[in-house]
Amino acid sequence: MKAAPFAYHDPRSIDEALHLLATLENPRLLAGGQSLMPMLNMRVAFPDHVIDLNRVEGLEGVTEQDGALRIGAMTRQRDLEEHPLTRARLPLMTEALTFVGHWQTRNRGTIGGSLCNLDPSAELVAVAAALDAVLEVRGPAGARELSIHDFPEGLMTPALAPEEMLTAIRLPFWPAGHGYCFAEFARRHGDYAIVSAAALLMLEGGRVTRVSITLGGVGAGPLRLREAEAMLLGAVPSAEAIRGAAAHCERIEAMSDPQAPAWYRRRLAATLMRRALEKALARAGGAA
Amino acid sequence: MTDALAPVKERPALARGPGKVVGHAVTRIEDGPLVRGEGLFAADVNFPRQLHMRMVRAELAHARILAVSTDAARAMPGVVAIWTAEDVADIPLIPFRATKVRGLEPYCQPVLARDRMRYVGEPVAVVFADDPYRAEDAAELVVVEAEELSVLLDATAPLGEFSPGQDTEPTIVRKAYGEIDAAFRDAHAVVELELSVGRHSGVPLETRGAIARYDAAHDVLELHGTAKKQHWNRDEIARLLGRPPQGVHLFEGHVGGGFGVRGELYPEDLLVCAAALRLRRPVKWIEDRREHLVATNHSREQHHRIRAAVDAEGRLLGIDDVFFHDQGAYVRTHGARVVDLAAGMLPGPYRLPAYRVAGHFRLTNKTPSATYRAPGRFETTFVRERLMDAIAARLGLDRVEVRRRNLVSAAEMPHARPLDALGTEIVLDSGDYEGLLDKALSRFGWNALQGELAARRAAGECVGAGLAFFVEKSGLGPSDGVRVSVDANGAVELVSGAASVGQGVETALAQICAEALGVDYARIRVVRGRTDRIEFGNGAHASRVTVMSGSATWEAALAVRAMALDTAATLLQLRPSDLTIRDGEVCRADGLPGPSLALAEVARRMGPNSPAMRGRTPGLTAEKWFWSDHMAYPYGVHLVLVRIDRGTGQVVAERYLVANDIGRAINPMLVEGQIVGGLAQGLGGALLEEFRYDPSGQPLSTTFADYLIPTIAEMPAADVLIAEDAPSPLNPLGVKGAGEGGTNGVGAAIAAAVDDALLRPGAVTALPVVPATVRRLLDTLA
Repeated sequence: MKAAPFAYHDPRSIDEALHLLATLENPRLLAGGQSLMPMLNMRVAFPDHVIDLNRVEGLEGVTEQDGALRIGAMTRQRDLEEHPLTRARLPLMTEALTFVGHWQTRNRGTIGGSLCNLDPSAELVAVAAALDAVLEVRGPAGARELSIHDFPEGLMTPALAPEEMLTAIRLPFWPAGHGYCFAEFARRHGDYAIVSAAALLMLEGGRVTRVSITLGGVGAGPLRLREAEAMLLGAVPSAEAIRGAAAHCERIEAMSDPQAPAWYRRRLAATLMRRALEKALARAGGAA
Repeated sequence: MTDALAPVKERPALARGPGKVVGHAVTRIEDGPLVRGEGLFAADVNFPRQLHMRMVRAELAHARILAVSTDAARAMPGVVAIWTAEDVADIPLIPFRATKVRGLEPYCQPVLARDRMRYVGEPVAVVFADDPYRAEDAAELVVVEAEELSVLLDATAPLGEFSPGQDTEPTIVRKAYGEIDAAFRDAHAVVELELSVGRHSGVPLETRGAIARYDAAHDVLELHGTAKKQHWNRDEIARLLGRPPQGVHLFEGHVGGGFGVRGELYPEDLLVCAAALRLRRPVKWIEDRREHLVATNHSREQHHRIRAAVDAEGRLLGIDDVFFHDQGAYVRTHGARVVDLAAGMLPGPYRLPAYRVAGHFRLTNKTPSATYRAPGRFETTFVRERLMDAIAARLGLDRVEVRRRNLVSAAEMPHARPLDALGTEIVLDSGDYEGLLDKALSRFGWNALQGELAARRAAGECVGAGLAFFVEKSGLGPSDGVRVSVDANGAVELVSGAASVGQGVETALAQICAEALGVDYARIRVVRGRTDRIEFGNGAHASRVTVMSGSATWEAALAVRAMALDTAATLLQLRPSDLTIRDGEVCRADGLPGPSLALAEVARRMGPNSPAMRGRTPGLTAEKWFWSDHMAYPYGVHLVLVRIDRGTGQVVAERYLVANDIGRAINPMLVEGQIVGGLAQGLGGALLEEFRYDPSGQPLSTTFADYLIPTIAEMPAADVLIAEDAPSPLNPLGVKGAGEGGTNGVGAAIAAAVDDALLRPGAVTALPVVPATVRRLLDTLA
């Protein structure tokens, strides 16, 4: 478990990092290192150049603008978890962060690193999908934005050109008083979830006026359950309605491996979705 | 009483109950350097000019080796040598410690694969370079050309070919006594089960490591980073490399966990030694975690087909078991002893008139297996206790009652079984099994719990309780020696042939020595795991150290005490019987004021230049040996309360009790630590840990993301009841081993609790109990 030889680069600015990324042969960006470092040491990743983003200016921090939180890609998961703005505006994310690895790994791990690593079970990817995140990307041609829903291109493969990097993520927040819940199942606390569920919900006059339902861990990217959302929208959220929405999970396409075959992932998805919706509903001031 | 078990009366035994030091939860003497970060683990050992060794391991589970090309690797900077099988053809196959089982020799492992690779991870070539990174870079360039052969991954499948003329079943271990056919003919009922235990193993925090150095000036080959079995390993390394044993020394630093897997003789140990001799430079190898999970001994995997014949009251008339032990690709240093132990220990605590067992010792294309904490017992306690639950269910009896009816009673002790294990006859030396069962049930609140379970079930929860009774074994002989010396400063040194794998050996031996000698335990220096300080030793395994080395310590310290009193009596003009030793001072035993003499002074008077010692062997020192032909059998009960999440199928252990009678607890804190640590590992095997393979024999559990060991978050509230009701008559301390009881019954107890939660006796037939399986069971029961 000794990494293969690579050249190490330590840029200080985004432009410098982008220049290195565009000019070097077979480079890899290093964020918090909680996935890349083990991959290097296990010789699963063989970059010729590692570009360390940890000293790049302007990639960190949380700010509020136009109904969204803008989070720098290099913001540490632990800082995000403890940030007052996250707590106030994105309680779903605060809840999800407690499931991300362990606090020791969250001290190093970054939101941008999580998103770009794009593990099918990564909590932050599911949260970003639930909140309809917008990703800010920089490349040689300048800046562009893309929706989180267009971000996964394949298994653990983000829709970024080789010379592009994620610089920030914008998460439109929901009005105060919305219900939320992040639920997941892992064999052990702190492991990547086998399946996770994120639910957001708003009530007005006893009816659902807005709802977002997302599953993680069932496919390469997060899965928004639009049909289930449509079913609940405008409905009086009874226990039956929630069960009906959760039942959609029984029909989804799901990944399969010996630890968690597809039928089991669908079961987990239905269970977690129901629990997440029930809790979100209770937090929105309703009761099933 | 069996003659062989007659207590050794001529030797003074330690009185029952707590002593001055023994029996108290005193702090560990070995912790200073560990908490200061001054420990010496294998990776901390470095020598000038050392080379780093990197293994090239098989990537196919079964293949014929056509060619190994090393040219590109050899051309890499810093590479000093690369060896393949041809370069080490003179090193014989790695042997095993003999038992009565014969014919295993052809199945032993070469240090580098010769013509076939038989498991993914098998060493095929080895690189020596001046830097660990460069060694790994070069190892990547070694190309193994091979022709794939069909893989055998199931020990119950038809036999395959190990090599021409040899099939994949090196032996069948058979044991039997009583009229087994009559038992089944006359049975009121016959209960049959098919059960399996998954492949898992000890995963110490510290991976293996080996650093060899040839001291040409003294013609001594040194091996550092060793553990567990230094003397046997020293002798075998010497024999395999053609050196006299005096010219080989093994050293033990700190060991970050043993659990059975560390300290065995592996290919890498021999390779660093051979390289140090040939290359005339120190050679260091530190195993990485990915290697560890495919190269260090696996364990446990067994499949049992078991039948019990019972009478109408649920009393056992006979047990007939056929089991298949998945040994992996080669026979390793334990030979067939896990099979032997499983076969010998299966009957456990129950009166069993007739028994027949056939243990099929079979090779597959997986990592070789050997012992892991409670070897053969974790497996067979699961099988036997599943059987007892099934008998209870069949006859409509209470689970506790069926056990009571079958437990060997205190009046029947010692209880000889016409069986053997590890070459010793099985004689259960002492015990009050039912007494401990009652204590455990009461401590756990078993009766009240039944009401609590009913209430929680009525509220919609899926909860259940399980129990398992187990018998352990400990104190494997045949011998161990200890030398206790007092130097001219009054410092006490204890040299033992035992080893420390972090379990607190130094403290326990120091407590025993202090008790006998009358000195401060914290100031005793305990030397262990070094072949240069004591000629013989049997090491640390099989829960033997406190029994064997502890008893030798007791006797050596008593001998030193007697010498000190004799010498002091002459000087003080008193009788030895008037004297005692308190805090290192020889003084009047009756507590009256009077002259006293420090042990330091006594030691000086016994020095080589003291006129009084002329014609005698000088020194305030004694070496004593303890022999044992029989093992001491600790026993206990595991009780657990589990909750099942119906939505996910996850089993959560909420509350756990291990009750364990170990005869005498030298240090209750250390015993509790052993038991709780053992419980954690047992829970791993019961719920989480499994080495899985794909159909081509590729291992799927090669990182800690896939091989799941329990963390603190998965631990239940754990209670430990240490009982001392049945001291062993076999040693002067009355001790039995405490290392394995925490692990032994976990699989069995968890399985029983899951059955109970599902309200379906016999639902669990395999370990580990994984969520998808439980979820499936919930579906089929709904």
